[in-house]
Amino acid sequence: MSSATLLGLCSAVLVGLGLYGLVANPEPLRKILAFNLFGSGVFLIFGVVARRGAGAGLGGDPVLQALTITGLVVAFAATALAVALLLRLFEATGTATLASGTRPDADASNT
Amino acid sequence: MSWSFAVDLAMAGLLLAIAVFTIAVRDAFAAVVAFAAYGLLVAVVWVRLQAVDVALTEAAIGSGLTGVLMLGAAARLRGTERAAQSARPAAWLRVVAAVLSATVATALGAAVWFFPDPAPTLAPAAVGEIDATGLGNTVTAVLMAYRATDTVLEKVVLVLAVLGVWSLAPDRAWGGRPGTLYRPDADGVLTFFARVLPPFGVVIGVYLMWTAADNPGGAFAGGTVLAAMWVLVMMAGLTDAPPVAGRALRLLVLVGPVVFVAFGFAGMVIADAFLAYPVDYAKALIVAIEVPMTVSIAAMLGMLLAGTPSRPVQP
Repeated sequence: MSSATLLGLCSAVLVGLGLYGLVANPEPLRKILAFNLFGSGVFLIFGVVARRGAGAGLGGDPVLQALTITGLVVAFAATALAVALLLRLFEATGTATLASGTRPDADASNT
Repeated sequence: MSWSFAVDLAMAGLLLAIAVFTIAVRDAFAAVVAFAAYGLLVAVVWVRLQAVDVALTEAAIGSGLTGVLMLGAAARLRGTERAAQSARPAAWLRVVAAVLSATVATALGAAVWFFPDPAPTLAPAAVGEIDATGLGNTVTAVLMAYRATDTVLEKVVLVLAVLGVWSLAPDRAWGGRPGTLYRPDADGVLTFFARVLPPFGVVIGVYLMWTAADNPGGAFAGGTVLAAMWVLVMMAGLTDAPPVAGRALRLLVLVGPVVFVAFGFAGMVIADAFLAYPVDYAKALIVAIEVPMTVSIAAMLGMLLAGTPSRPVQP
């Protein structure tokens, strides 16, 4: 097994971990964090594909590497917007929960 | 097993361990700190994948900026954590989520395992035409020439994100100053760093932008370092965040994208397509785009970190 394949498999697990955190954790901030982990795994798979495309004196395919840089910037922009929305929700309602219509303490009896 | 494979194996293990901790730990603050550490480790992995340009951007944006942003949010949301945790989904739902995640991870792992051989690559094509761009760094050539459309659109995404964050302002603070005015100890370590670091940071930021033509670097990495210096000075209370309605700030935010799009349309006249450069002075045009772009990236990233306006211009 090559290093690229090893890191690729690791990235696949990272995507899975991020997805689980996104679904299973009720805190919006933790969902944003998990989504970033998910994205990081996807970017790393890009990196592995780029590494396998090494050639012409380059260590990797520069097109995929450049796309990843663009992706990182867009991911940060989306994260910043998500965090701003969350903080505004907290400011407006005093809570930070995605539960619809009910106050979070009323929800506690259901779990 | 060679040494380099052993290093990669150790790094993959560490990466997964930190990722599991980030997801599993109860305390949001601990999760955010772990995520910042994770980002730095990922930057090292990018170096192992021979992608130094990406490593620089990841260290600056993925770990640094995202870390600061999330730390600020985690600190403010601390009081809501207990209530939010009580809405934890039922056990069976978590099992379903775990099965779903494992399936996705397995499918991706299988895709990685059965990659086609030889791998498809655009590296020879990117190297073959590099002379026409006047650049020496193929990644910069892709970003600024071959696929400049992506980079233009990414600027548009950044502008839209800034507009989105600003639009969340309540009526009383519309067009006002974002965040809180920090008043830390004037003789403290933070203030000291905020006075000492920026001169070096500005030089490093400009250098990263300039050297990207031939060496690893980039307008994003450079712009991020500049933004970090600005945010550091704001956090130390040495300057206040500008009101978002200010003309100077809006000019800084827009100059990069506008110049980029303007040169794009000029390309239809002086070359033969949107965002095409005439071969003789391609590099000069690319630098002319990158300089205002770096300024705008720094302004936009700084404002994204500062957040939604919360204080009126006239208090």
